[in-house]
Amino acid sequence: MRAIGIILAGGSSSRMQDLSKKRAVCAMPVAGFYRSIDFALSNMTNSHIQTVAVFTQYNAGSLNSHLSSSKWWDFGRKQGGLYVFTPAVKASGNLWYRGTADAIAQNLEFLRSCHEPYVIITSGDCVYKMDYGKLLEYHIQKQADITVVCKDMPATIDTERFGTIRMNEESRIEEFEEKPVVSKSNTISCGIYVIRRRQLIELIERAEEEERYDFVRDILVRYKDMKRIYGYKIKDYWSNIASVEDYFRTNMDFLKPEIRHYFFREHPGIYTKVVDLPPAKYNVGVSVRNSLVSSGCIVNGTIEDSVIFKGAFIGNNCYIKNSIILNDVYIGDNSHIENCIVESHGTIQANSYYKEENGIKIVVENNERYVI
Amino acid sequence: MIKKEMIAMLLAGGQGSRLGVLTSKMAKPAVSFGGKYRIIDFPLSNCINSGVDTVGVLTQYRPLRLNSHIGIGIPWDLDRNFGGVTVLPPYEKSANSEWYTGTANAIYQNLEYMENYNPEYVLILSGDHIYKMDYETMLDFHKSSNADVTIAVMPVPMEEASRFGIMITDDDKRIVDFEEKPEHPRSNLASMGIYIFTWQALKDALIKNKDQAGLDFGKHIIPYCKEQGQSLFAYEFDGYWKDVGTLTSYWEANMELIDIVPEFNLYEEYWKIYTASDVQPPQYLGSDSAIERSIVGEGCEIYGKVYNSVIGPGVKIGKDTVVSHSIIMNETEIGEGCNIEKAIIAEKAKIGSGVKLGAFEEKENETKPGIYCEGLVTIGERSVIPNNVTIGKNTMVCGKTTAEDYKDGVLDSGRTLDKAGD
Repeated sequence: MRAIGIILAGGSSSRMQDLSKKRAVCAMPVAGFYRSIDFALSNMTNSHIQTVAVFTQYNAGSLNSHLSSSKWWDFGRKQGGLYVFTPAVKASGNLWYRGTADAIAQNLEFLRSCHEPYVIITSGDCVYKMDYGKLLEYHIQKQADITVVCKDMPATIDTERFGTIRMNEESRIEEFEEKPVVSKSNTISCGIYVIRRRQLIELIERAEEEERYDFVRDILVRYKDMKRIYGYKIKDYWSNIASVEDYFRTNMDFLKPEIRHYFFREHPGIYTKVVDLPPAKYNVGVSVRNSLVSSGCIVNGTIEDSVIFKGAFIGNNCYIKNSIILNDVYIGDNSHIENCIVESHGTIQANSYYKEENGIKIVVENNERYVI
Repeated sequence: MIKKEMIAMLLAGGQGSRLGVLTSKMAKPAVSFGGKYRIIDFPLSNCINSGVDTVGVLTQYRPLRLNSHIGIGIPWDLDRNFGGVTVLPPYEKSANSEWYTGTANAIYQNLEYMENYNPEYVLILSGDHIYKMDYETMLDFHKSSNADVTIAVMPVPMEEASRFGIMITDDDKRIVDFEEKPEHPRSNLASMGIYIFTWQALKDALIKNKDQAGLDFGKHIIPYCKEQGQSLFAYEFDGYWKDVGTLTSYWEANMELIDIVPEFNLYEEYWKIYTASDVQPPQYLGSDSAIERSIVGEGCEIYGKVYNSVIGPGVKIGKDTVVSHSIIMNETEIGEGCNIEKAIIAEKAKIGSGVKLGAFEEKENETKPGIYCEGLVTIGERSVIPNNVTIGKNTMVCGKTTAEDYKDGVLDSGRTLDKAGD
């Protein structure tokens, strides 16, 4: 492959509420057993990109431990590899990444030392499958300076979280608005870009000189009339998880057979770190309907329309409905949980009652756990 | 120079013919177990958990599945720069090329492999038991007893003792005598087929007996060591240890896993069992599904009802199908409206809709009554069973069967329907 990959994984999001207290958005567990960054990493490896850099900053603990070995995505090889860049104290100063462009600028040596002509940049908080090879072909065919992957969203979408795009008939981007309150377009940028490596180095160097630090605002929007920036529309599933509502909806999407088939069974697959958990176990008095249950779970109660992550324990007589139970949660007997996201490693005491009438409640319970 | 204190040699070459059609295409250690694992995962995980990071796996009978399962040993952390897992098949020599003719003969043919690591001790294991054991404690016992050979033993009920190799020990656990399947056992300590040899003792015994036909540890090497006056000790193990050598014991061992707190607990944190799994996604249970007292592997899609069963990864079970007291292995697909009772269905089988397994009165199996018994229905890997057929008890079906193979849509109890060829 003639490209290297960059995954932007540094962000936090206030829209994740309490869920971002523990981890970066890119480390959010998805669909029972993935973490959000697995999608970008697997797409890279499935597109035969061998060298991938991950820029992390905010709350990188769980993300770093997830990336502790690169072998799960097949990056543990002689050629290339997985590079994780966190802000560091350097001779030139010790600054945090002040933006996405700054993150790249502070690690420009890495870009200079590569030899591949192109760079694929993607964010690590999106759930999608994509062949970057096809994207690169399109980029070359259009003779673009930058190609931006975009998707038509329903008119009802809240564009405030995204960049919106308007293109001409040739797919050249004419308008690019970053996080508009009211937008004229419902085509949004997916946060996936292709750019020539030398071009990127040049643009980043210039931005740094001008003390501009954001890739979208200071490069894409600023240069949109000067450079040939094209849009590449995708029709397949793509979802950003960086708000509680979207996170919840994305997980629930996996209860649909076609989504499950697309991600779980269709080649190429999405890979994740292997945790050696036993199969899920169902005891007496169980009822599970329209739900996903991951390995290592022990189920005793009733579960409906929910996603249960790895290693959860559901006590006797529990009722779990329309909820997400993250990994290693212990739920005591006779508890009722409805319309909730239960934070990982939590312990819900017996006879608890959580129900949210409007929207989704995030349950963080760190009670002491008594296990026989 | 590379030096390892103890290396393990894992005997995985046997067919295990008493598992019937389950081992027709793969060696016994490669057979699926417990909804996710293969039998060899247990000794391999025990090795790495005990700090033994050099394991030679001796293969002979149909090794493909084993080879691809073991790979370079990543799941067990046995992909090492020095040591790690090595698959050791029989090989051609300039003179006297032969297959592995016995357990000790297989080890003898790999003297060179062992010498590479300059071991002080060699652990001999077999790949067909389900257990968790710390070989390091056994090694400590071996060292503190100044033993040349230590044999792991397990107390069994006296009335069953005549089925095993029995060790007779003194108060210090020194082996004073042994008997193979004695009619009137003098002790109830059964050999588990797990040995630690001091390297020199093993090397010497193998070389001295190399011309013995079918050189076997129990029959030749252990008696030889005894005759030479070497010190033999019995290491008593009192955990869970299960031989899954027959279809019925294999079925029972799986069924024991679904108890609320099973005797053999896979859910313990501190002695994990590792395996190579290609499927990882969560399992989906549909709106009309029902499930009780079962364990289910990753990536299953269950729309029917499952009771008292062990379901492997990637299995699909259609609507209105009832599965009970059964073992369904990896990636098998079962249609709608089936009734499956006390069956073992091997990997990647396709069962049509409206199929009934385990019907009628029990009858003795016509070809192998000792194997297909106790009412079990056994379906071989990649078998195909057409819609709306009824199959009785003590039956075996393998290969791609069609409606013509079932007279009036029925296969009576005790019948064998083998369309797989070889």
